[in-house]
Amino acid sequence: MKVGVVVFPGSNCDADCYRAVESFGVDVRYIWYQDHSLGECDLVVLPGGFSYGDYLRAGAIARFAPIMDEVAVFARAGGLVLGICNGFQVLLECGLLPGAMLPNAVLRFRCESVHLRVESTLSPFTCLCRPGQVLAMPIAHGWGNYYADDATLDELERRGQVVFRYVNEQGVPTSGSNPNGSCRSIAGITNERGNVLGMMPHPERACEAVLGGIDGRWVFASAFEFLSGGVALGRMHLAGDGARH
Amino acid sequence: MGECIWREMGLATEEYGRIVGILGREPNLVELGMFAVMWSEHCSYKNSRAVLGLLPTTGSRVIQGPGENAGVVDIGDGLAVVFKIESHNHPSAVEPYQGAATGVGGIIRDIFTMGARPVALLDALRFGPLSDVRSRHLFAQVVAGIAGYGNSIGIPTVGGEVATHESFKESPLVNVMCVGVAPASAIKKAAARGAGNPVMVVGARTGRDGMHGATFASAELSPEAMARRSAVQVGDPFMEKLLLEACLELYALGDDVVIGIQDMGAAGLTCSSCEMASRGEVGMEIDVAKVPRREEGMNPYEVMLSESQERMLVAVKAGSEPEVERVFRKWGLEATVVGHVTDDGVLRIRDGGAIVAEVPAKALTDMAPCYMREACEPGYFRRERARDLSGVPEPEDYSDALMRVLASPRIASKGWVYGQYDHQVGTNTVVLPGQGTSVVRVPGTNKGLALTCDANSLYCYLDPWAGAAHAVAEAARNLAAAGAEPVGITDCLNFGSPEKPEVFWQFKQAVEGMAEACRVLDIPVTGGNVSFYNESSKDCVSAVAVHPTPVVGMVGLIEDLSWVMTPGFKHEGDVVALLGRTRDEIGGSEYLATVRGIEGGPVPAVDLRAERGVIELIIALSRAGLLSSCHDLSEGGLGVALAEACILGGIGARVRLPGMMRADRHLFSESGGRMLVSFPPSAADEVQELAGRHGVPLTVLGEVGGMRLVIDDAGGGGDPPGRRIVDAAVGDISRVYRGAIRWAVEQ
Repeated sequence: MKVGVVVFPGSNCDADCYRAVESFGVDVRYIWYQDHSLGECDLVVLPGGFSYGDYLRAGAIARFAPIMDEVAVFARAGGLVLGICNGFQVLLECGLLPGAMLPNAVLRFRCESVHLRVESTLSPFTCLCRPGQVLAMPIAHGWGNYYADDATLDELERRGQVVFRYVNEQGVPTSGSNPNGSCRSIAGITNERGNVLGMMPHPERACEAVLGGIDGRWVFASAFEFLSGGVALGRMHLAGDGARH
Repeated sequence: MGECIWREMGLATEEYGRIVGILGREPNLVELGMFAVMWSEHCSYKNSRAVLGLLPTTGSRVIQGPGENAGVVDIGDGLAVVFKIESHNHPSAVEPYQGAATGVGGIIRDIFTMGARPVALLDALRFGPLSDVRSRHLFAQVVAGIAGYGNSIGIPTVGGEVATHESFKESPLVNVMCVGVAPASAIKKAAARGAGNPVMVVGARTGRDGMHGATFASAELSPEAMARRSAVQVGDPFMEKLLLEACLELYALGDDVVIGIQDMGAAGLTCSSCEMASRGEVGMEIDVAKVPRREEGMNPYEVMLSESQERMLVAVKAGSEPEVERVFRKWGLEATVVGHVTDDGVLRIRDGGAIVAEVPAKALTDMAPCYMREACEPGYFRRERARDLSGVPEPEDYSDALMRVLASPRIASKGWVYGQYDHQVGTNTVVLPGQGTSVVRVPGTNKGLALTCDANSLYCYLDPWAGAAHAVAEAARNLAAAGAEPVGITDCLNFGSPEKPEVFWQFKQAVEGMAEACRVLDIPVTGGNVSFYNESSKDCVSAVAVHPTPVVGMVGLIEDLSWVMTPGFKHEGDVVALLGRTRDEIGGSEYLATVRGIEGGPVPAVDLRAERGVIELIIALSRAGLLSSCHDLSEGGLGVALAEACILGGIGARVRLPGMMRADRHLFSESGGRMLVSFPPSAADEVQELAGRHGVPLTVLGEVGGMRLVIDDAGGGGDPPGRRIVDAAVGDISRVYRGAIRWAVEQ
């Protein structure tokens, strides 16, 4: 099993993602944004940060990086792609996921721990979780206010593409538990096929007890479990083809 | 040359004479500009050097003391911690967002210039009262600027302090500290060597921004200065992120590629070139025509004095230029040879064929003037020291008094501030801001660095010697409370105009107090920054100096992360105890200022031996793993420490003050050398025994439990015995504590 972490100029969670993956004993390497091949890869991580300074708009320039053509081909073939924070913004900008990001409703950057409810366990990234399980993870963003029109949101909900929702500690979504004003408290979504996940919270920051929590490990562990075939593919609405290049 | 020219540049007439004497001729305009910035207070420390020599700068762990871009201290296993604090006060007063942002950018460059990867940022901030609309604006914009730069570049901002006072209304203080880690063998120096070695400008292009910023920072803020906005630079954290990664990659090419490197901050190319030449005992030739520009038509004077951000000057081994260019090109940056090292000790500036400046490098650095200004004790000093506070009545309602102290900006939760900072990027932040003393893991190890910056501006106004000594002691207690052994200090000395005898007296006293505390606590000062002229006036006559604020940035080492302690109470039934001795010392206290409206009185006595005892005891207790919680006492005294321990732990406590003294003294005196601890009853004997061995008094106050903070007074000073003076729900005090700053800013 091989994982690639894309490094854009301005990525700043690339090393954090690298170490998180490494802590599972999984093969991991960096992929430079100017490369024209992902190499051998089973999971591509688009890390957080401020790619190209987030100038113009978060993720708006990174989508034109040469490597993104390869990421799109990989994703269309069913390869697993995990976009975290800025990586999620890039996935929206390049159209691999629907919707857009707005500035946080409070108009300030927010760095704090939030609670997420697992809304779907059909995704490769949550296949080890219990439905409704509440995970604690940090957020750190200024543009995490997920927006899509109602028709798109209805469609996302209907197809089980909403994977994470901001909730309170008891697992209930409230206005106080939504840190950025996201539509329907959405924290993470997948594409229709389920192999591309974008999420604003940082699972890589919640992978060690000494840093305050290990709930982020559920996301990585699920993906690795899925990739190693440990989870019955029948549970997935993901076609089991072409994940490997 | 007309007198108005050098005066306009900030040079005194006798200083101009000194330049003519050194050169044996009149300087030309480019040379004069270079002297003006290098001999400004900001670059030369001409008013402070003589006094700064008092600070102890050596120690068994010190690898690099003052004189380089940052201090370096050995933390074992071949690793070193690199740290420095710097002010960006004047720019932040004029343009708070960019002023603060470029302050962050500048101090980060100082750290990676030394070969270290930055791992943490901290900020010490001072503003006018938050009831003032402009102060709120400055506060919000400074915080946004720090966030904008630090979050983007991806270095966690893990701590700091904020306080407000009328004296900072026109002159806010913005001090930024950066901490990095490097292999001890890979530390880079800012000295050029080897005649013929090329000198390269790397990073951003040069524009007209920030002209004469160093000179601007070395004078009072006047209406004219406020209009000098072009002296404030604009930051580009994305560019600096690329520069950071490129430099670290360059160092990794091997020890012999980079001969010397210095960032271009204040005084830009002038400062970096003459300082690198001067440190290396060499000369340097620079051709300004080769410096990449972002603006057309810049003359040599402008190129030499530009303070465009995100640039570095690097002397590299001859022949390695293509490799250097390749690394920078990979990161989308330029690396351009602009000159070379010479062996004649002269800084020679060319513009193509023509020589436009020719000055001995040392004339700009070591030969800058050095003044010992006149010092005069201000009239208020003895008056406040002798002030009798025995007539200050007891509060009628202790709960209300405690709430008001908890809501003071200096005490209240800074959640509104640090919530805007990415404090976890890098995945090494072990104790987050707001949970106690910030602790950052040394990457790749199980060691931690505890980080703090501290100063009590009111103490330092009332008694600068004691105030500065307390700042050192408080910072050390802070680190010890996390289980860390203090290993080094970087100081940021913020004062008014040194040309005023009362201000210079404050400065001298503060440095002497700091030096004494460093000696007794055995903590070396490895560098820092002096910021004078923090005063402002509408009419240039009645300039008011800020409260003297010597900020102590301190780094502590925790050998094993399992030793880390936090201040929040943990377990029902734990014993609550006070270590150290409380005296009747409410002078200068937060309680007196907030509740009684008195900013005065004698500050708490300094007892550095007692401080040392309690610090050593706490470190021993942390290693023995005996404590459930540990909170150092400082502003707000025992009352605030008890409240914070409950709030942070999410659990209540029942305590009884031991009598012998009035309850307000017990609760709000800010006597030094004290810690509030909790431990399981089973550990009580061992804790008592260790405390006794270190000669630290231990007073059992009560126990942890419930969801209320209950404080009884055993009686004293003629009070009826056994009064209940505080009985508050933890949720209620938490709401006040956590909401106060947000409510004040968003009012």
